[in-house]
Amino acid sequence: MSISRRNFLSWMGAGGACALSATRSGASPVQEFPGYAESYAVLHDSTKCIGCRSCEQACNQVNALPKPEKPFDDLSVLAEKRRTSAGAYTVVNRFFDASGQTVRYVKTQCNHCLEPACVSACFVKALQKDPSGAVRYDASLCVGCRYCMIACPFEIPAYEYDEPLTPRVMKCTLCRPRIIEGKLPGCVQGCPTRALSFGKRQELIAKARQRIWEHPDHYQDHIYGEQEMGGTNWLYLSAVPFSRIGMREDLGTTSAPELTSGALAAVPMVAGLWPVLLAGLYAISRRKDALARSEQKNAVAETVNRAQEETEAKLAALREKMTREKEAAISYEVKKALDEAAKQAEAGEEAEPDGSGTKSSKEDT
Amino acid sequence: MAGGHFSRGTFQWRPFHVIVGLIFLAGLIVTVLRFTGGLGTVTNLDDNNPWGLWIGFDLLCGVALAAGGYVTSAACYIFGLKRYHTAVRPAILTAFLGYALVVLALHYDVGRFWRLPYPIFVSQGTTSVLFEVGLCVFLYLTVLFLEFSPAALEWLGWKKVRALVVKLTLVLTIFGVILSTLHQSSLGALYLIAPSKLHPLWYSGYLPVYFFVSSIFAGMSMVIFESSLSHRFLHRKMDERHIRESHDVAFGFGKAASFLMISYLGIKLVGLAMDNTWQYLASSWGGWFLLELIGFVALPAFLFAVAVRDRNLKLLRFSAVLSVLGLILNRFNISLIAFNWHLPAAERYFPSWMEIVLSIFIVTLGVAAYRFACIRMPILYDHPDYS
Repeated sequence: MSISRRNFLSWMGAGGACALSATRSGASPVQEFPGYAESYAVLHDSTKCIGCRSCEQACNQVNALPKPEKPFDDLSVLAEKRRTSAGAYTVVNRFFDASGQTVRYVKTQCNHCLEPACVSACFVKALQKDPSGAVRYDASLCVGCRYCMIACPFEIPAYEYDEPLTPRVMKCTLCRPRIIEGKLPGCVQGCPTRALSFGKRQELIAKARQRIWEHPDHYQDHIYGEQEMGGTNWLYLSAVPFSRIGMREDLGTTSAPELTSGALAAVPMVAGLWPVLLAGLYAISRRKDALARSEQKNAVAETVNRAQEETEAKLAALREKMTREKEAAISYEVKKALDEAAKQAEAGEEAEPDGSGTKSSKEDT
Repeated sequence: MAGGHFSRGTFQWRPFHVIVGLIFLAGLIVTVLRFTGGLGTVTNLDDNNPWGLWIGFDLLCGVALAAGGYVTSAACYIFGLKRYHTAVRPAILTAFLGYALVVLALHYDVGRFWRLPYPIFVSQGTTSVLFEVGLCVFLYLTVLFLEFSPAALEWLGWKKVRALVVKLTLVLTIFGVILSTLHQSSLGALYLIAPSKLHPLWYSGYLPVYFFVSSIFAGMSMVIFESSLSHRFLHRKMDERHIRESHDVAFGFGKAASFLMISYLGIKLVGLAMDNTWQYLASSWGGWFLLELIGFVALPAFLFAVAVRDRNLKLLRFSAVLSVLGLILNRFNISLIAFNWHLPAAERYFPSWMEIVLSIFIVTLGVAAYRFACIRMPILYDHPDYS
């Protein structure tokens, strides 16, 4: 089950090529990432687990974790359901059947998802999916925001809450440093009942299928982790429905990054459209103001114009009237003068006719 | 009026100062404990509940309740509603202080606060919704600083710099609205990644939209609420125009908030229909959900409408408070109450007294800074040199 350095490098290359092709359109739901080909995995056959906590002890040793309060051979800790913590990357839990007769055990640790929620949630890339299958954590980048812990559907990452200034997120590493050296992960090596098998993920899935096929009465017809949350590098077999050994069966098969890809895809749309929309609204409101202003101006100008025209019209009418009156007066005067002249002429004919002087003086005016 | 701050005289201890002083002292103690003993010493956070009151209240509520800044400036400068002009400065000041305090609170909550710039300058995790939140909050805090600066520059008398910044008003406003749209909604999108932890009544693909829309009416309600506080405690600092126009602003926002809340109710129901989660309404969680929607959205929406119709300022202010409480309840439900609903009661989170003290400390800092600025700077009155 060991691997050579050359093997390691070769699947690193394959994984790299795979990664490139997968990042071309990460948000597209059409493309699916089937996981790094050749990635390593662990198959946990929970029917073989006897709850001895040897895996916990091995994990503690290879990762140099602090010594627990109760020693690993003290099985009284199984009385309560435990979760992973900053001091324990893996824990074994005990479950009873409904009758209370049969005891079942299951080991819990980071499942090393194919498309991990924690990796997509990390805003500094402190968590990364490695082509080896491991989800790696880099404490030198971690800000300590704990969004990975919110995101993880399996409730795995733990945090050093008692570190005032340099707290880390703590979780199983798949013993990546050991598998690079060609060694088995600590827990796999420590398991006395072969409840844990290490190997390539595809091979382990085939192996699990074969076990189910060979012992259909012994196993549930389901490999937990093959599809859950898009698939994980840790696979489980069980004799009872997984929910009865504390594992959630309602997680679905959608990988975590897909859950947020729609919202993230909307960001460039907003960033691209909002400026035009908002500037447009501004332009419309500006234009409305400008229109209102110019309408007001026009209205004022029109009123002024109309007033002027009216005044002029009145003046013109007045002038005309005056002219007409004057003309009337003149013609009246002329007529009067003519009449008078005619009268005088009549009188003059009788006496001595002379009216030309008076007539010419009237015409001068 | 502007010269009021020069005649300081001897300092007198008022009740305000005593209360603020005590809160500051308590905040200081929690600060020391946090940075010497770690989060474990001062908070009730654990591996199952990594986000507590400091995220649920200080971040989520802080950001949403500071939305008055972009809402008011957009109404005034983009939509051209000039009557909101007097409300812009107080709203921008609130937003600026709100965001500054959000960032301050994050220094307590994250593990290594000096790495807060990392997502922007060192290692960009662009697949994370939190990256978007971080980037937008960082940029928007800068925008708010610039939007607020004219008031401070008038106070300092730096006319040339002020003239320069004032020219940027429209660009800053548009930028502010874009950034706010993005990060207000992204705060909701943060929870999209955890459908297995958030109760189905609150989990929805529309969470980003809900967060954005609710931030708008919460921002408006906050402007109304603050204006009532300013009338009560800072009346002497308000000029005639602000006093005259503030009621129109309040009724205008009340009307807008009422419409928006009704449409928010509509889209919340669409969310239930979309995921077909109606059956949960019959559970006790359903009762709690309906309390939030009916008691703290539908009711204030109705009361806003009545208050506007009757021009009832008291009722309007009451509705604003109710609406603000509703926003807080919603953010608490999503981040604390309906989050991890599947866990047994013993593993649920309740904040420690020190977490509560620190949140009160942060709010008090904001109130004190707001008061400081309003007393000295032309926030609630027009500076005679520039009007």
